[in-house]
Amino acid sequence: MDDLMIKVENVSKEYRLGQIGGTTLREEMQRKIAKVLKKEDPTKKIGEKDYSDGETFMALDGVSFEVKKGERLAIIGHNGAGKSTLLKLLSRVTAPSTGGIGLNGRIASMLEVGTGFHPELTGRENVYMNGAILGMTKKEIDKKIDDIIEFSEVRQFIDTPVKRYSSGMFVKLAFSVAAHLDAEIMLMDEVLAVGDMAFQTKCLNKMSDLAKNEGKTILYVSHNMNTVRKLCNRAMVLEHGRVAFNGSVEEGIARYLKDDENASLHFDLDKAKRPYGGIGDEFRALSLDFLDDRTRFKYDESIEAKFKFRAERAYKAVRLRAEAYYFDGTEIGNYESDSFEVKAEGEHTINLSFKPDVLPIGQYYLILNIYEVDLTNNHQTLDQPSQRIPFEIYEDDPTGIRWNHEYMGHVRMGKIKLKDN
Amino acid sequence: MIMKETISQNSFTTRITAHHGLFDLHLKETLSYRDLIFLFVKRDFVSKYKQTVLGPAWALIQPLLTTVVYTLIFSGLAGLTTADIEGDYIVPPFLFYLSGSICWSYFSGTLIATSNTFLANSAVMGKVYYPRLVSPISTAFSHLISFGIQFSMFVVAWIIFAVIGGTSIVITPWLLMLPLIIIQLMILSTGLGIIISSVTTKYRDLQMLVSFGLQLWQYATPIAYGLTLVSSSESFSKYLFLYQLNPMTPLVTTFRYAVFGFGYFDLTYYLISWGVTIAFFVIGLILFSKIERTFMDTI
Repeated sequence: MDDLMIKVENVSKEYRLGQIGGTTLREEMQRKIAKVLKKEDPTKKIGEKDYSDGETFMALDGVSFEVKKGERLAIIGHNGAGKSTLLKLLSRVTAPSTGGIGLNGRIASMLEVGTGFHPELTGRENVYMNGAILGMTKKEIDKKIDDIIEFSEVRQFIDTPVKRYSSGMFVKLAFSVAAHLDAEIMLMDEVLAVGDMAFQTKCLNKMSDLAKNEGKTILYVSHNMNTVRKLCNRAMVLEHGRVAFNGSVEEGIARYLKDDENASLHFDLDKAKRPYGGIGDEFRALSLDFLDDRTRFKYDESIEAKFKFRAERAYKAVRLRAEAYYFDGTEIGNYESDSFEVKAEGEHTINLSFKPDVLPIGQYYLILNIYEVDLTNNHQTLDQPSQRIPFEIYEDDPTGIRWNHEYMGHVRMGKIKLKDN
Repeated sequence: MIMKETISQNSFTTRITAHHGLFDLHLKETLSYRDLIFLFVKRDFVSKYKQTVLGPAWALIQPLLTTVVYTLIFSGLAGLTTADIEGDYIVPPFLFYLSGSICWSYFSGTLIATSNTFLANSAVMGKVYYPRLVSPISTAFSHLISFGIQFSMFVVAWIIFAVIGGTSIVITPWLLMLPLIIIQLMILSTGLGIIISSVTTKYRDLQMLVSFGLQLWQYATPIAYGLTLVSSSESFSKYLFLYQLNPMTPLVTTFRYAVFGFGYFDLTYYLISWGVTIAFFVIGLILFSKIERTFMDTI
């Protein structure tokens, strides 16, 4: 029993949807008054879904697991599965809604290396500060400072303010502070996504070394299955806030790479909200279905879908536009169709196909917009169901770049051709 | 709950649960992070004056200018009294205003900075855990450094007055009150600051009110005038008890008593002031430790 390091019991984390923080007292009052008068919320954005009825979202839903000393557990799952929320709870950034977590020993989180670095302070001063934020005392850092500087490869610049550092140096220094912590449990969230390859390998080796020789317990969150294979000896797959799998690394990875069974293939656009009135009456989008029974696509494959709509009259030229968003809501761009004719009123079905090849690995969603091109070439919106249509892009080239959306953007701009001179 | 019991039965060093006790304040844990407090203080001080020509001299300029303006306007033009108590001995107006301003500037500076704790540190606090109380505590200490610099300036000004103007320097046992007053000043401003910082995670309105409210509060505190202005006024003297319930009033008058060896002191109001200070601080601690658990979800 004494080698049990982490015990997570029935932990749930609930978030209220809609706008919560950052309100002013005045907005809150307006909202309350509007609710009493049964009027529309004046602070709500047009077209925004009304969440005021206390609609909630379970980021984690009854998660339980245990981790023993020296284990290197990978936590994998698609974006939005609850990985980051779980790490936030473990690192005590926020508290769970229900359930409890027990930890044995100090926990060091490397959720984002370099947090707490102050640009005006030198590298050495920042090492002390970062170490102290992570819970080390000055004495402990004194003992380790030489190892830290050595490992970081930035000895030359250690007494220079870090605002003069390159981002690579920054990361190296930050990682070596975290790697030399005297914590028994280490949390890492994609920390290895930055920094050069050689340093990444060095970090991975250091981490496995810490786990194997010093008995440290490691929780590693990553989308990069190669590093998971190298570092971890157990994997846990999260799906929609629940533990879907907990066992061997290979089985876990297989489970993760398999299609998400709960993903929807059919989208009811008829029932979806419209952002404003006056649209969707004469022309109404009814549904969209992904063909091929899947929502995960390799970037060079075509996405095939069936679009159903109802028209109250004939249209000469109708076009379809699909706004593409990254799962976090960042708008990426638009897909457009050619004009098509709707010859008669009634229900129609058309088949669509588009290539997602500019989208790097990740989760996205589409929002459809149907418009008419009239005789004077004006565009008239016919319908715009606010239903999100999620899909995922993957890649199976092991030599490909590991796409980090935060640093690299959401568009892959294509290959650079090598020309023979 | 059955689940909760098994977590508490095991001998875990850290337990994270959905609910926590009202007085679960992590004070012991905060104390173990004193190295971090020290480093934060150092960081605040270093980064504040980096790339400035005058450096820490900036800490002197603000109270010095305030004092000059007070001396010219309130004492010179308006002719307001600078006495806390009726008597023969009158403190030179310049020294009087200087002593008041450095107290007030510590109070308002610390209050404004700590009231911004969660918002200003959300980037770090959203990534790693450390006892959140470390931030306001280090703010209180880093302002104490400025206070120390300003107090030295006050001593220098006094010596100049003594040498040139012949003002006598009187040292009495009251001087021993000084540390106590400074501690109270720290507790009061931090306590109020963390109350405001807890509330502003949800309502930003209060943030707007802070600096404005402090301006008004200063008028209700004998900074730009002596206490006798109120106590000798026919229409206002009946409100003197109310005026003295302001925890800053006894604090400032006692501070002047301690440094000048002469002034006004009322034990009852002084103790009430301490009571209010501790009440604010305890309420602040309870609120703060409740908010710190989930403020990242609402900020």
